[in-house]
Amino acid sequence: MANVTLQNVRKTYAGGNETIKGVSLTVENREFVVFVGPSGCGKSTLLRMIAGLEDITSGDLLIDGVRANEQQPAERGLAMVFQSYALYPHMTVEDNMGFALKLASVAKDERHSKVMDAARILQLEPWLKHKPGQLSGGQRQRVAIGRAIVRNPKVFLFDEPLSNLDAALRGQMRVELTSLHRKLGATTIYVTHDQIEAMTMADKIVVLRAGNVEQVGAPLELYHRPANLFVAGFIGAPKMNLLEARVLQVAADSVTVSALGQTFVIPVRPDGVTAGDGVTLGIRPEHLLHVSEGTLGGVVTLSERLGSLTILHVKSDDGTMLVVQTAGSDTTDVGAHVRLALPTDSAHLFRADGDALPHVAPRPLGPSHSGGGSDIPAAQTEHFHA
Amino acid sequence: MSASTLAAPAPPRQSARRRGTLALVGPSVLILAAWATVPLIMTLWYSFQNYNLVDPTQHGFAKFDNYTYLLSDPDFWSSLANTAFLVIGVLVITVGFGTLLAVLYDQAFPGRSIARVLVISPFFIMPTVAALLWKNLMLHPIYGVYSNMMRMVGLTPIDWMSHYPLFTLTLIVSWEWLPFAVLILLTAIQSLDGEQKEAARMDGAGPVARFFYIIIPHLRRAITVVVMIETIFLLTVFAEITVTTAGGPGVATTNLAFLIYSRALLQFDVGGGSAGGVIAIIIANIVAAFLVRSVARNLET
Ligand SMILES: Nc1ncnc2c1ncn2[C@@H]1O[C@H](COP(=O)(O)OP(=O)(O)OP(=O)(O)O)[C@@H](O)[C@H]1O
Ligand SMILES: [Mg+2]
Repeated sequence: MANVTLQNVRKTYAGGNETIKGVSLTVENREFVVFVGPSGCGKSTLLRMIAGLEDITSGDLLIDGVRANEQQPAERGLAMVFQSYALYPHMTVEDNMGFALKLASVAKDERHSKVMDAARILQLEPWLKHKPGQLSGGQRQRVAIGRAIVRNPKVFLFDEPLSNLDAALRGQMRVELTSLHRKLGATTIYVTHDQIEAMTMADKIVVLRAGNVEQVGAPLELYHRPANLFVAGFIGAPKMNLLEARVLQVAADSVTVSALGQTFVIPVRPDGVTAGDGVTLGIRPEHLLHVSEGTLGGVVTLSERLGSLTILHVKSDDGTMLVVQTAGSDTTDVGAHVRLALPTDSAHLFRADGDALPHVAPRPLGPSHSGGGSDIPAAQTEHFHA
Repeated sequence: MSASTLAAPAPPRQSARRRGTLALVGPSVLILAAWATVPLIMTLWYSFQNYNLVDPTQHGFAKFDNYTYLLSDPDFWSSLANTAFLVIGVLVITVGFGTLLAVLYDQAFPGRSIARVLVISPFFIMPTVAALLWKNLMLHPIYGVYSNMMRMVGLTPIDWMSHYPLFTLTLIVSWEWLPFAVLILLTAIQSLDGEQKEAARMDGAGPVARFFYIIIPHLRRAITVVVMIETIFLLTVFAEITVTTAGGPGVATTNLAFLIYSRALLQFDVGGGSAGGVIAIIIANIVAAFLVRSVARNLET
């Protein structure tokens, strides 16, 4: 297994603009790294450069500390799983999985035993003599993964491997891939634009936008401490509420802003903002509380009941649209007047240039860091009166 | 319940529709059947007749005489061999070079679109013109371009048409059919999934391994189609032979089609020509049966 380091990597396609604009990144041994970003931001390009399928225009790619820019794809010892599976249609499942070994002139017996091992892990044994055309999408995906496993690569590369599957199968394969990663302990780079895949599978998420890295971090770190407006809006569904706000007053450990026709004191450090600046106030839908003593008023315009939770679209008194996530048992109807509370320590503040202002007391990341999930609502109830 | 009530009226409706279809399709089927069967039956009829235009005294039922005469004629067997040589030779050359050219023209290189047009263009030249072009302009021992080129480097020009007639003919016909093969194979290659090639690269396949393990298997169907269509046309090559060698020297370039022509229209032996025609039909059907079966098998997977 191995680590991968990118140093100021750039890519310009022939006759095109710069697609990757200087990416520096380290993927540690055994780490599961997910690249996310909107369509066309360069995720696939970056992955293909690591794989060796695209030339690197400038910058260095190090695999295990060795510069690999000029190495052929096969020499890099990586394996890639493609979105379209890219199985060889005329070969049986067994031949598909053993193709790399055959080219490397591995003896037939050894080849067979390696293929069998992979087939056992992926529960493909009954299908070994079938052609890919006779398999279902999920089985094909497993064959593609098996083809990668058999080579015992230093790093696994996945380019949106689950996007052709239906929702149920995607969920199942997601779990299988995660447990496979645990079992094999292989360094993995995974491209997706599916948030759930990114949040559930990743040790580390890399958010890309237009060829730049916007933020790198653990899933909950990105969720709770987005570095900028883009990451805040990109991570999390339903999307974070982003509200226009104006700075009223600045203190050492708080910024007072006016938004939604009200005043909020947000516990963030006022780096680079002064009174009068336009800023953006961010608050996630599940942090807006639907409580009778809330200070914000509004009318429900749409209510999406997902069973386990309810998503209310609320038009606040000053006309701003807010998305509020409440419990599945919430029976508020369209047209109802609601009161909302905005707990200020869950709010984020972004400068006009998009960067987030750092929280004075950053939110703990997940239950393991704090006394458990139950203390968060408690903290929130304390603050909404402020 | 609802299924059975629905299923009951369905069959009559379907057969009524089938009858309607038959009434519409029937006339054209009849015309086509007459079109194909009348000449076939006439050929069969003549092949059992003594019918020679230069000797009208001899006529009437000939039993199997026309056939025994033909089958005991060494020219007939050599024409069969020539037909086979021509068909197989052209197939090997066009499919072989066609595959290589298709791979080449699939790559990006400057001037590719012009090169593609050029490689396709021989297909639009009439067989007679193409054959004359090669015979007189390119290969003629005195005026030919190749003879000139050979003289320039001090070699003696070869009289292709008299020394290697069948081989030369094969080359000319190959030149005409190569564009067809390239066209079909190139479109097939372009339908090859790019990720498959990339997966093979990741698996450590170099250009040669990719050619044999990925591209050739992918082209298998297209190659069968090329072989089938070309075979049908190559069995009946005629124009090129008429304008270049007229079947000669001797019978060196006489294939089955030309033999039938010479029997019927040069020697005026209608009965003998018809017998040759019937044998040609039988051979074509045997070949077609083999081809269709192998194509069907290839298209299945
Ligand atoms: N072969 C190519 N030649 C020229 N431009 C390309 C090529 N491949 C990709 N691009 C451009 O590079 C940019 C990034 O493409 P890329 O495929 O990496 O996006 P992506 O993040 O994977 O998007 P998606 O989520 O839709 O797969 C796009 O603007 C695309 O047009
Ligand atoms: Mg992509």
